[in-house]
Amino acid sequence: MTAPAPSSALAPAAALEAVPPRRSPTARFLRRAGRNPSFMIGATVLAIIVAMALFAPLITAYDPYDQDIARRLIPPVWHAKGSWEHWLGTDKLGRDYFARLVYGARISLLIGIATVVVSGLIGTALGVAGGYFGGRVDMAIGYVVNVRLALPVVLIALAAAALVGSSLETVILVLGLLLWDRFAVVARSATMQVAHADYIAAARAIGCSTRRIVLSEVMPNILNPLIVVATLEMAHAILLEAALSFLGLGVQPPLPSWGLMIAEGKQFMFFSAWVIAIPGVALASLVLAINLLGDGLRDVTAPENRS
Amino acid sequence: MTVPVLELKDVTKTYRVGQGFMKPKATLTAVGGVSLTVARGEVHALVGESGSGKSTLAKLLLGLIAPTSGEIRIDGVPIGQTDRREVARRIQPVFQDPYSSLNPRKSVADLVALPLVAHGIGSSAERQAKVAEMLDAVGLPRRVIDAYPNQLSGGQRQRVAIARALVMRPDVLICDEPTSALDVSVQAQILNLLMDLKREFRLTYFFISHNLAVVEHLADRVAVMYLGRIVEERGREGLFGAPAHPYSRALLDSVLTPDPDLGMPEAGISGAFPNPIAPPSGCTFHPRCPQATERCSREAPASVAFADGFATCHNAGPALALAG
Ligand SMILES: Nc1ncnc2c1ncn2[C@@H]1O[C@H](COP(=O)(O)OP(=O)(O)OP(=O)(O)O)[C@@H](O)[C@H]1O
Ligand SMILES: [Mg+2]
Repeated sequence: MTAPAPSSALAPAAALEAVPPRRSPTARFLRRAGRNPSFMIGATVLAIIVAMALFAPLITAYDPYDQDIARRLIPPVWHAKGSWEHWLGTDKLGRDYFARLVYGARISLLIGIATVVVSGLIGTALGVAGGYFGGRVDMAIGYVVNVRLALPVVLIALAAAALVGSSLETVILVLGLLLWDRFAVVARSATMQVAHADYIAAARAIGCSTRRIVLSEVMPNILNPLIVVATLEMAHAILLEAALSFLGLGVQPPLPSWGLMIAEGKQFMFFSAWVIAIPGVALASLVLAINLLGDGLRDVTAPENRS
Repeated sequence: MTVPVLELKDVTKTYRVGQGFMKPKATLTAVGGVSLTVARGEVHALVGESGSGKSTLAKLLLGLIAPTSGEIRIDGVPIGQTDRREVARRIQPVFQDPYSSLNPRKSVADLVALPLVAHGIGSSAERQAKVAEMLDAVGLPRRVIDAYPNQLSGGQRQRVAIARALVMRPDVLICDEPTSALDVSVQAQILNLLMDLKREFRLTYFFISHNLAVVEHLADRVAVMYLGRIVEERGREGLFGAPAHPYSRALLDSVLTPDPDLGMPEAGISGAFPNPIAPPSGCTFHPRCPQATERCSREAPASVAFADGFATCHNAGPALALAG
């Protein structure tokens, strides 16, 4: 018989088991993130662009809307005809290109963040509801997701812009209402995994309300993959805004959007290639930084999910 | 007569399960016609092989799932008529796997305080005091209060789960194999802790296990479950001294084999566990029963009463019980 010995091995035995140094999940996350190169590079580049956007007036003395017809299409400083006065040159209306680039970062980031907030809320709500309640709710939500996936984003955005007129707000709203599908899919499958864990059954047996279970038991455990999706969708939204603006159906002039800068420069691209190269490089760096950050985040948070 | 803490009357839980693409759904009887009473202060054990419906019964008792038919009463009041939160105050679970039963994102303090928070009991200072008190009661050092589950050993995690279950001072603990996920060296500690807490907090245990050795050590009454049904329900001495059902005997024999930790005691019985979707005719145990007669495959057996319980077997006479 393996009948347990009736010894009173309570507190002393428990005290013997070692407690490793206390580190909250947040602290462990930061340690791992520090050792992940793609996270660090992405975060650094993104931090620089965010700082540019936030402190734009301190970085450049020029107003991005100030036209100077006498000084049109001045090339950047590395050209023979360039000067430090406008070190990235001026555009076809004589506006300082660096100022437009710096203020344009605000537009891109605003679009990226606002879109992800809107689409993240929609997608997460739908996905968590489907994954947690299952059954008919899940079937109905699955149907809505499929309908959304059948809609081509660019065409819908173009149609919407043509219908209600294009503006910054329209772009954010249209992209926010369209880009939630990945949030929904990821939130749904992550929730389904979590919902079967005993700690959810324990929370129900404790008498927690469904609201509390979803908000305080499910959500913290599905946040990591959702943050990764958020970075991907942010990059996605920024690129779509640039594409829409390039097509003339996104942000309207004279706002300094990077996509719009490329569109306005395209007629000069054979003789003054820098007009589109500069905003192009800025756009590519931002999108690359966000994607690197997302990749890094996925790697940094994955070990936790696996255990 | 006093009202039993828990009373099950003919409780059945069936699931509709899909059998694959384009095939009709089948009915799986996870728990079939279970009647049990658990008296206050006793340790009522439930044993059976994997898949016999033990966890399903536990979930029914916790109100996590509703029975398909039958009635569950707590202190004489049907569970359906009781507020879920009221049930939660009286009955708390201890799950098998403390790696899955504790939210990895919460500190020990938050985990143990959750029942108090959910029921809006006490100020945050009062809750902290209660948490500390509970940690003492389950033998955890107070320094783990800010730790996260991944920083604790399996035994410590299970102590946290027990502390959480006890913080509302419930009457009944439903322990679903509370030690089987733990290291052998820690199992005895947790069992001793549970027994000490039973005395201290005057608890009633519904104790699920597939290890009969554990059950013999601590149970007052034992129910043996096979394929969703209780096949024998006896006092401890009766069951271990003179088991009436061939299945109980097989389970006991397997415990007496040299290595009882080999897992499920299937060694004692021939044949595999049947498919619960298409259970055998007559007595569902007959294909594996060494004493099966032709009648067993035809007729479902009725309960045979004993002084200390019942057994559901055509051949469960006291004479046979002695022979076994
Ligand atoms: N949600 C469900 N849907 C369909 N079938 C289920 C469900 N839950 C349990 N079952 C089935 O009910 C039967 C009993 O399962 P249960 O988990 O209660 O067994 P158990 O005795 O606890 O086994 P173990 O010792 O492995 O924990 C099994 O055949 C299982 O497949
Ligand atoms: Mg089980």
